[in-house]
Amino acid sequence: MTALAAIIRRDIRIALRAGGGAMIGVLFFLSVVVVMPFALGPDLALLKRIGPAILWLGALLASLLTLDRLFTADQDDGSLDLIVMSRTPLELACAAKALAHWLAAGVPLIVATPIVGILLNLDADATFAVALTLLVGTPALTFTGMIGAALAVTLRRGGLLLAVVVLPLSIPVLIFGVAASNAAVLKPDAFGTPFSILCALSLVSFVIGPFAAAASLRQGLD
Amino acid sequence: MSLIDLANPTRFLALATRVLPWLAAATAILLAVGLYLSALAPDDYQQGATVKIMFIHVPNAWLSMFVWGVMSIAALGTLVWRHPLADVAAKAAAPIGAAFTFLALVTGSLWGRPMWGTYWEWDARLTSVLILFLMYLGLMALWRAVDDPSRAARAAAVLTLVGAINIPIIKFSVEWWNTLHQGASVIRAGGPTMDRAFLIPLLVMAIAFSLLFVTLHLAAMRNEILRRRIRTLQMMQASRQGV
Amino acid sequence: MSLGPYTSFIVTSYALVAAVVAALIVWIALDYRRQKQILRDLEASGITRRSAQTSGSSS
Repeated sequence: MTALAAIIRRDIRIALRAGGGAMIGVLFFLSVVVVMPFALGPDLALLKRIGPAILWLGALLASLLTLDRLFTADQDDGSLDLIVMSRTPLELACAAKALAHWLAAGVPLIVATPIVGILLNLDADATFAVALTLLVGTPALTFTGMIGAALAVTLRRGGLLLAVVVLPLSIPVLIFGVAASNAAVLKPDAFGTPFSILCALSLVSFVIGPFAAAASLRQGLD
Repeated sequence: MSLIDLANPTRFLALATRVLPWLAAATAILLAVGLYLSALAPDDYQQGATVKIMFIHVPNAWLSMFVWGVMSIAALGTLVWRHPLADVAAKAAAPIGAAFTFLALVTGSLWGRPMWGTYWEWDARLTSVLILFLMYLGLMALWRAVDDPSRAARAAAVLTLVGAINIPIIKFSVEWWNTLHQGASVIRAGGPTMDRAFLIPLLVMAIAFSLLFVTLHLAAMRNEILRRRIRTLQMMQASRQGV
Repeated sequence: MSLGPYTSFIVTSYALVAAVVAALIVWIALDYRRQKQILRDLEASGITRRSAQTSGSSS
């Protein structure tokens, strides 16, 4: 088994274990979405209209919450130093970790979307659209979020700094994710453009994320 | 055999293993009887045959609250009386209670679509049960967040007791607020208002589901005790290899 | 037994309850088997609890 595959398997196993954080991300997503109607009022028509936005916000916040664990657990037990020093290119190791994180923490969010969609009175088309945009957009959230996680790992109490750094980077993903979801429901012709841009954002993040994260880790751990 | 004997995990394991087959058999029989009576029950003049969903929705709803009550008593056992098996009981009950709450929500949603025209409504009863479900999940997450079970037990006990405030809120939500969910027709002052033809199958199913909970709970407690033994042994093993 | 125009809702509800209850039973039963197996393996490798050890046992 190659080193990268080993990293991916290890990270997924740890995330799914007790205290690993994968399931808590979904729970937080659920909680955020449940809390929204208390603030907005139980008007089902309103919830249906802003449902995609609520789901995207919930997914973004849940991603932020779990990103903290991307590097800190390894930092705590010393394996981060081993990963940085190993023969595998650090950029690829970061990409592997981000992929594992998305599989363990991002995919459950997408799976939970239909259930949560019922709570927000979304119909099947809207829910499918949101799930599709989340499928394409959450990798972007993970890979750009990795940059902030790498910056914050070497600082103690870096958790909030991580959120502050990552949120501006995530705004384009949020904008086009919600735009694509709404377009799918209201004006299907206009779905293509924001969806393509969302895909492009993800692809770009696959490249920039690992390079920036690796650079941050190197300078941070020196 | 006194209560103090039940505090001994080994004795408890022996007792559980002896009793479980009988409990399982009784549960299966009562479930079969309940399903049979539910199938025979007449159609409601308003709801038609969908009233049959009530026979599985209501027992799950009652149990979702009852299990939190059991966990609250176990929490008191942990915090106040330091009963050795209290936290085992609490931890084992949480996933089962969460499953019953989930089933109550889902069967209620499937019943609501034909009855009210919507799968979901943010009224007081549905919302408070959804919150109960989230609290169950949060409690399960808390149990798994701490490696040492006895430390997790105290934190979980506090959370359980704090969350117990939700139970009376759920029960009285249909009276205190103007809700879509119907009012109480069984457990209320003045006795049940439900017709016998529906009340009997409902009560049989309720007892059957309660027995199901007791069976599953005992079995899960047994697993938890074994799990802790394994943890102790593995720690012994690790410390020996370290020497 | 005719279940009227909402048959699918009734059947789905009962099926879901059956599925979740079955899943609970299977999970608990499998967990029991797994714990017993691990305990057997640990005992085979000589690790026993203090109260289960006979006098003059291994170390």
